[in-house]
Amino acid sequence: MMVKYIGKRVIYMLLSLFLIVSATFLLMRAAPGGPFSGEKKLPPEIIANLNKFYGLDQPWYIQYVDYLKSVSTWDFGPSFKYKGQTVNDLISSGFPVSFMLGMEAILIALAIGVVLGVFSAMKHNKWQDYAAMVIAVLGISVPSFIMATLLQYTLAMKLDLFPVARWESWAHTVLPALALAATPMAFIARLTRSSMLEVLSNDYMRTAKAKGLSRGAIIIRHAIRNAMLPVVSYLGPLTAGILTGSFIIEKIFGIPGLGLHFVTSITNRDYTVIMGVTVFYSILLLASVLLVDILYGLIDPRIKLSGGKKGA
Amino acid sequence: MKKRLSILFSLLLVMSLFLAACGFNKESGGSSSGGNDSGKAKSQDLRVNIKTEPFSLNPGLANDSVSGAVLRQTFEGLTRLGKDGKPEEAMAKKIDVSDDGLVYTFKLRDAKWSNGDPVIAKDFEYAWKWALDAKNESQYAEQLYYIKGGEAANKGTGSMDDVGIKVVDDKTLQVTLEHPTTYFLELTAFYTYYPVDSKVVEKNPKWYTNAGDNYVTNGPFKMTQWKHNDKIVLKPSENYWDKDAVKLKNIEMYMINDNATELSMFEKGELDWAGNPAGQLPQDAIPQLKDKGNLNVNVKTGTYMYKFNTEDKALSNANVRKALAYAINRKAIVENVTKAEQVPATAMVPAQAYGEKKNNLFKDNDVKKAKELLNKGLKEMGLSKLPPIKISYNTDEGHQKVAQAVQDMWKKNLGVDVQLNNQEWNVYIDELNKGNFQIGRMGWIADFNDPITFLEMFEDKNGGNNNTFWENSKYQQLLDQSRKEQDPKKRYDILKQAEKILMTDMPAAPIYYYTDAWVQDENLKDVVMSSTGDIQFKWAHFK
Repeated sequence: MMVKYIGKRVIYMLLSLFLIVSATFLLMRAAPGGPFSGEKKLPPEIIANLNKFYGLDQPWYIQYVDYLKSVSTWDFGPSFKYKGQTVNDLISSGFPVSFMLGMEAILIALAIGVVLGVFSAMKHNKWQDYAAMVIAVLGISVPSFIMATLLQYTLAMKLDLFPVARWESWAHTVLPALALAATPMAFIARLTRSSMLEVLSNDYMRTAKAKGLSRGAIIIRHAIRNAMLPVVSYLGPLTAGILTGSFIIEKIFGIPGLGLHFVTSITNRDYTVIMGVTVFYSILLLASVLLVDILYGLIDPRIKLSGGKKGA
Repeated sequence: MKKRLSILFSLLLVMSLFLAACGFNKESGGSSSGGNDSGKAKSQDLRVNIKTEPFSLNPGLANDSVSGAVLRQTFEGLTRLGKDGKPEEAMAKKIDVSDDGLVYTFKLRDAKWSNGDPVIAKDFEYAWKWALDAKNESQYAEQLYYIKGGEAANKGTGSMDDVGIKVVDDKTLQVTLEHPTTYFLELTAFYTYYPVDSKVVEKNPKWYTNAGDNYVTNGPFKMTQWKHNDKIVLKPSENYWDKDAVKLKNIEMYMINDNATELSMFEKGELDWAGNPAGQLPQDAIPQLKDKGNLNVNVKTGTYMYKFNTEDKALSNANVRKALAYAINRKAIVENVTKAEQVPATAMVPAQAYGEKKNNLFKDNDVKKAKELLNKGLKEMGLSKLPPIKISYNTDEGHQKVAQAVQDMWKKNLGVDVQLNNQEWNVYIDELNKGNFQIGRMGWIADFNDPITFLEMFEDKNGGNNNTFWENSKYQQLLDQSRKEQDPKKRYDILKQAEKILMTDMPAAPIYYYTDAWVQDENLKDVVMSSTGDIQFKWAHFK
């Protein structure tokens, strides 16, 4: 059953990937300007030469087919903007950095968010609850770039606890990870709180209490486990959001990650990088959504992975 | 009641966090006057920001200021711009110029590459011909068109063997030029004219993509580490001929593309330099830094201008264009809008390109004359009122503010309605090149300090960087004449005549001359900067 389900999902994934690649390719080519336009214009002979080298002199459909071929062999070609580097180089050097940053942010968001959420559900309608939720609302409404600057200013410049920017040691990673984690952390806290409150009001909680279980045991064994379900399903889109949304944080902190290329390649009209990074992220995101769906089934036995009706 | 109190309390708790942050803000006005605090001992370690990954660290491929900022430390040409901005002998120890100014003979000094190979004449020939070879896709090969046959070889209409570069012997290089070029020795200091170690390069076509044994250089520093998109580390080269002049022990160049972060790092002492030419200061921070008194400013050979599309009906009349140019209050723009000590431009060419202090070809903010000219122009065109015109610029807060100021001035001074139109950079450039604009913003920063780089732009109606569709036969004649003139003084006079024609027809209105603005560690000395925005750390040191 499981194998069939996964097989079916993989086929859908390939289909979506194909659509993403095609749409990106066409949109990219429809955008005016090209990779060689600069303040000083190049002689036409040189432009013609460059176009030939990168295959841009071919009609678009030939380029498109060529592109599909090279994507299927996982060869994204040379970058236009960084001479002598391939898109594969950029991905393999940038992604580990973005991944580290993202994972650190997700861990922080999960750890603090869940604790905050459970805590405020337990102190429902007490001042601790309100305080936690005001923090959460702020976390959601303060954009990450403001959070980043605020952290740089307070923790790095004034209190001298961490370096202002760059990506060198563990200390360098703390501020960007915190800035990136703030919004999802707040979101997770709210999610956990409301789902905890719902679970706590269920009949089986009363049953558990009636059985004479201690409050701690009830919370940990029964309440939290059930309350975690919405949080787990939020992990898929969260991973997606954090990995692709790290651009502004990577820019502010000068982090050599992939998120930076994802955005700057578009302003540079670095065609091969735009395509390569988009394809790479798409695969990653489609896979992470699938993974979360499978995980969901493992945590909650009520959900069966059968028909694949639960779309991505 | 109790509940309300608790809400209030929790709100207070959170607000206090923010108040604390604001409190910090006020404090910063007085303290932290910049620079390194005492913590760091004065080792000879320099940390600067270069903003982004360089396009390429192969001198033949480089075409951007970031690559230039690295290459100027690691390579050296036949000449180098000295502390006074004038070219001095570098790899060449003796330079002879023929009487007609066409043949340059360079005697090389006994210099070595960082791997110990001797620097020989062939290394120059190899590097220059490599860049001229169209299949190597050098986007800056144009810089070598001054050499006889260079343009033809690059465009495929001539043979590489006919290019005027001759290796006489290992230590003698003879270069024949297309025209007597009085500023050729400035060009030989430019990175497209750097040599490469032909022995290494022939064997490893990808020698320039990473630091390591194959990345061989002949300048004061060698590159020991290159973490792409992150940082570059340079160390002094023990094989450099003038190594005693080099005092820095280590240069780290970071790639942080965020102006505010750059300044914060400087203020915390994680950088020794923030701002131009390699990095950039946040525009809003400049007045504050100026008040504190630690802002440095250097006028650049570069002009910020508004180009007129002379094929557009409303702008086809020279008097109308002049009226618009005269009705701009440049002083007000520089003082209230751009605020980085830029200089009001009342000529296309910045004065220092002529080696002079002043170059004024019209009066700034000459509203009375502008009104007269507008009426005259409208009469000539048979119009009673100028139709609304549109200023285009690439999306950027700075350009936007200038455009708004100009919009306001034209409305107030001339009663002309102006619309603003901003576009993303690539889109903008595309439209400009196609002529789909009325008035377009453009900046021009010279690669070398000579008026010709500005004047050449408008030589040919369809020339790559003209955009205005203006040309003038007398102007073209004068430029041609200047190319044959060997006497620098006479040549400048010819160019000045040409510039007068340009400013009489006004295909483009100069607005201001660019400046480099930066803050630096107060103990850092002898960093050499030129008006073209080159930065050299050869002589730099901490006191």
